[in-house]
Amino acid sequence: MKKQENLFYEFLKGLWEINPTFKQILGMCPTLAVTVSAINGLAMGLATTFVLIFSSVIISSIRKIVPNQVRIATYILIISTFVTIVDLVMKAKFPELSKALGPFIPLIVVNCIILGRAEAFASKNNVVRSFLDALGNGTGFLLALLALGSIRELLGTRSIFGFQILLDGFSTWMVMILPAGGFLTLGLLLGSANAYTNWKKRKSKKEILITNSILR
Amino acid sequence: MKKVLQIILVLTFTAAISGFVLSSVNNWAKPLIEENRIKAISQAIFLVQSEGKRYEKLNFNEMDVFEVFDENDQSIGYAVVHQGNGFQGTIKLIFGINKDLNKITAIEILEQVETPGLGSLITEDNFKNRFKNLNTQPLIQVVKGKKPSHDNEVQAITGATISSKAVVRIVNEAAEKLKKLNGIKK
Repeated sequence: MKKQENLFYEFLKGLWEINPTFKQILGMCPTLAVTVSAINGLAMGLATTFVLIFSSVIISSIRKIVPNQVRIATYILIISTFVTIVDLVMKAKFPELSKALGPFIPLIVVNCIILGRAEAFASKNNVVRSFLDALGNGTGFLLALLALGSIRELLGTRSIFGFQILLDGFSTWMVMILPAGGFLTLGLLLGSANAYTNWKKRKSKKEILITNSILR
Repeated sequence: MKKVLQIILVLTFTAAISGFVLSSVNNWAKPLIEENRIKAISQAIFLVQSEGKRYEKLNFNEMDVFEVFDENDQSIGYAVVHQGNGFQGTIKLIFGINKDLNKITAIEILEQVETPGLGSLITEDNFKNRFKNLNTQPLIQVVKGKKPSHDNEVQAITGATISSKAVVRIVNEAAEKLKKLNGIKK
């Protein structure tokens, strides 16, 4: 049995350490496709988090009675149930948003973050831990989408959430709201995330060296 | 044997519960979704027929046609929903046309997936206003790089000729089909 981490860490790790977008590189399709504006990123993040939390909790609570042979089928069944609920609720209550996100809400079913967390975490851990893990991963995904959406909307249309931020003199970068802009922004963000991790690793290594030499 | 039974039971129960939950959510959501759809359509109809107060759906198989009435309950024309291929996908639009079927009152784009910033300019007022009071007989023509000189000409958006032409083609197609309507009406 591996060492049990403390509960807060189960939540926190999703935000950065195993962030679905920047570290696990999962769920790239919605990430690239819907983040043309901050509100789209936020809505997609919320929808995915909702599905992730509920399916993780349920999968974790029935993990002992689901036979190994049909576990994936059961997971998909549970996940698609929640996705359809989200889809229907959005169509009923937020028709504009539902139209903007289009087919990407139903496609949450095959978002690998959800099945990934179900298989890698929820099926092996208790309900509380699975809930925190799902909340952390969902929040991490949401923040990544929000960052991508905000950057693209800001450079592509001068505004964030529809509020103008940059002055009229700033000429909009059309490419940012085209698919190419998604790849550019994601690539730059991924690169900076990796650079930061490497820098931190090098720094801590240096600190160890220094403390070692002092001790000697 | 016990394993097989467990497999069957787990899958059956999961599917049954999921089916039950989904049907209850659907029962709640269906009328709301329908309401949203109708609200969106009536909003669009009164946008393209600004003097309209009431509308009636006409029995016309090929597309959605609504007859629009003003405050004195006099028919002032029609609102027509039609769609066709744009540059990247389907463009769905609604336009208002007068009773004699020869003058466009206004046009609204309902759905489009044109290139953001170029083709998507067809949704801007600047382009939509070019259709106001346009003559549909003879058919609307697209002109490039110059101001329209006849009352059946529309100036294309610079850099989005295909999208502009697509909108005009859809409107023309619908207007042609609409002429058949005169025969079947009432």
